[in-house]
Amino acid sequence: MSAKKDSEPNSKVTKVERTGDRERVVTRTFDAPAHIVFAAWTTPELMKRWWVPKSIPMAMVACEMDVRTGGSYRLTFEMESMPPMDFFGRYIEVVPNQRLVWTNEESDENGSVTTVTFEEHNGKTTVAVHERYPSAEALEADGAHEAAAEVHAQLDELLVALAASAT
Amino acid sequence: MYAVQNHGQRNLRTNVSVCIRNHMVQYYNRLDASFGALADATRRGVLVQLAQADASISDLANTFRMTLTGMKKHVSILEDVGLITTTKVGRVRTCRLGARAFDDEAKWLESYRQLWAARFDALDSVLEELKAKDQNSERQKR
Repeated sequence: MSAKKDSEPNSKVTKVERTGDRERVVTRTFDAPAHIVFAAWTTPELMKRWWVPKSIPMAMVACEMDVRTGGSYRLTFEMESMPPMDFFGRYIEVVPNQRLVWTNEESDENGSVTTVTFEEHNGKTTVAVHERYPSAEALEADGAHEAAAEVHAQLDELLVALAASAT
Repeated sequence: MYAVQNHGQRNLRTNVSVCIRNHMVQYYNRLDASFGALADATRRGVLVQLAQADASISDLANTFRMTLTGMKKHVSILEDVGLITTTKVGRVRTCRLGARAFDDEAKWLESYRQLWAARFDALDSVLEELKAKDQNSERQKR
């Protein structure tokens, strides 16, 4: 009988860390081999099933992914009564079952680069999603306080306009 | 006025799209609260007023012909959802239109984590299904 290895870390915990001025990383371990996890990240029909949490009243209505280095992708979301929104960019590196790197080009500036790594160990796969911004300011703007505050500010503006037009 | 509306909608759309990746959860929580705050005609009036100029709570109470206590309640509801901010100088509390940023980065990171956790929980069930299919096809090969 061999001694058990270190007790397994709780594999279903999602961790988020800021790993520098310009980068944030989300990690999670899945109970499946890398080729299966990789397939879920690179097959449109599968992406549609998990990318948008059910608690959000939004749907991914289209998903085109040409998963190879230099290939492009486009995800289209619909939400309530708003016009559809597109998210798009290019894959700048694709290593099957190991690594995906894509650009996020939907915003004119401050586009981040997303790197997803897949590491298999004993039939489980640890996924790390790195979001890297061109500058610390861009990370702040997309990431933390400002974007949320700005949405709110614009919402205010819209509602104020509506209120004023109603009087 | 129509033009202003369009402008607002366009900006809202741009910003919502910036937020889809990272901010869905927070955005919806706040949007809900905001709509609640806006369900009241006086509070909408206060926003319109503050869009023109900052005002003290007693100014607002006068404008809307209500008691200071009544106005304080409305102001605090609007402030809670971040539609306005207030600052107190001496005995006067001034209200202005504006969004309150998230209280701190830790809080924000936690919502960001929750978004990914929800996403990954859904991914778990997709993976279970794929694993079962994978094992079936392995068996058939043998």
